[in-house]
Amino acid sequence: MKFLSDKALERLRGSSVPDLAGTRYELRELIARGGMGIVYAAEDEKLSRRVALKVLDSASAAPELAQRLIREARILAQLEHPGIVPVHDVGTLADGRVFYTMKFVEGLRLDQYIKQLDSLPQRLRLFLRVCDAVAFAHARGVLHRDLKPANIMVGSFGEVLVMDWGLAKVLQETSAASETVLVSPQKENPDKDETQSTVVTGHGTVMGTPGYMSPEQARGETERIDARSDVFSLGALLKFVSINSSSEKSASASRPLQAICAKAMADRPEDRYANVSELAADVSRFLDGLPVSAYSESAFERAGRFYKRHQVAILLITAYLVMRFLVLYFFHR
Amino acid sequence: MTTQGESFPLTRYSVLAAAGSSDNAERSRALDILFAAYWKPIYKYLRLKYSQAPQDAQDLTQGFFAELLERKLLSRFDPAKSRLRTYLRLCADSFALNEIKAASRKKRGGEFAHVPLDFSAAEDELRAQTIDPAAIPSPESLEDFFEKEWIRSLFSSAVEELRKLCEARGKQKAFALFESYDLDGEENISYAELATRHSMSATDVNNQMAWARREFRRIATERLRALSGSEEEFARESKSLFGEAPK
Repeated sequence: MKFLSDKALERLRGSSVPDLAGTRYELRELIARGGMGIVYAAEDEKLSRRVALKVLDSASAAPELAQRLIREARILAQLEHPGIVPVHDVGTLADGRVFYTMKFVEGLRLDQYIKQLDSLPQRLRLFLRVCDAVAFAHARGVLHRDLKPANIMVGSFGEVLVMDWGLAKVLQETSAASETVLVSPQKENPDKDETQSTVVTGHGTVMGTPGYMSPEQARGETERIDARSDVFSLGALLKFVSINSSSEKSASASRPLQAICAKAMADRPEDRYANVSELAADVSRFLDGLPVSAYSESAFERAGRFYKRHQVAILLITAYLVMRFLVLYFFHR
Repeated sequence: MTTQGESFPLTRYSVLAAAGSSDNAERSRALDILFAAYWKPIYKYLRLKYSQAPQDAQDLTQGFFAELLERKLLSRFDPAKSRLRTYLRLCADSFALNEIKAASRKKRGGEFAHVPLDFSAAEDELRAQTIDPAAIPSPESLEDFFEKEWIRSLFSSAVEELRKLCEARGKQKAFALFESYDLDGEENISYAELATRHSMSATDVNNQMAWARREFRRIATERLRALSGSEEEFARESKSLFGEAPK
């Protein structure tokens, strides 16, 4: 008799296909299964378009999960940005399951798409678009808290979309300082169902993904989680997109890029970039061949970078000077 | 052994009722089903809770089921007071405590001796689960553990019956899809990828999966009904297990 893993048990308990009777949607196929719910492809019969429908695993899911799904939909509705998947509709199925629909994104997850990109500059430009979306969310007072390659989609036309805002947290900016403090709509509520990304700590249960989760998030220090926690995750994401590039500017050879990753992923939030824009600015400077704030370069490195940046001009001027010298030399002989 | 898949009684009777039947064949079949569903959870539970060596836990498990029959413990079960599962766990606790205290266990067989108890498989499963007994010290954790093992046992037998049903109806592909997606749980695989892998359309994958899941749910529900102490218990269990009342 086949041994069933714990995950298999959970799947079998919640494997009932959602009944969309009474809604404007017709179920097509399962796209992905996440910690909180399942995403199906569905057909919007009224508008004759394909949508992605996210629904809770089962009708018996904890009420907190239903609340969180609704909250995720509401957060998404407030974040109108080309880099954030737009939500269309929210509702409850006949069996009591909460669902929402969003744009159906045809494309690949970042971890799949990145294999097609060998060029480091291309990868970094893609990363900057993720930063744009996250910075926009931060400006609207929302933390993502689960940034990782699997939660970034690259559409068939190259559009970059930050997905899965199920762990998002609403922030409120303090008056003068740019620091942010948490304003929880409800008490931090641990969810046992978040199996894929839950870490239990001595301080409570926190959610995120090991490797991409900031140390304070991993320790469950919710009061210390702010925009710099997402900066940490973006640092890990930057590291991910930078490695295995066949470009001449590969991450392993680039100390400034390594320094950017290290600064973004510093253990202490105060040692990281204060916000996503600062991180993105450093990556942009690196792309443009300018010095980055995270790295103090030597005179030799500065000269090398100056040469690389102005290579054509330097070669032209050098060629001109050599020619001029030769002409003068031979003319005066 | 009379496997559950071959002989599962599709009657409205619960196993509990059939176990008290005067018809020997029916009683024997009911006990087979009951033991097959419970021996593994009981074994793992006793093994962990009382830190018993495999051989000692095996003796305790066999002894417990023998005692269940000898002392007609099933007839004392009152559905109004507890769930059958809880009752059996408490009986096992009581038995194990007495046995350990008396330290005079002896191997016992009994009416269920023809149900093979594959203890090595149970040990393999325990190892696969990498359970550290020290990590589950509280009685509540062990109760949860027992509950989960019982669900695992119930679902495993239902999956086995589904596999046989698929073979009988020539729907091996449906089972293969169900197995790779729901049982083996390949992360983030889509129906489209499954369709490519199995050379079928995504719609076919959808339909086959829906059928397999529906059948699994039906089989598991039937087993749950038979293994419940009462209709009320069945309704509660069904809601707890699948998040919906039985249809």
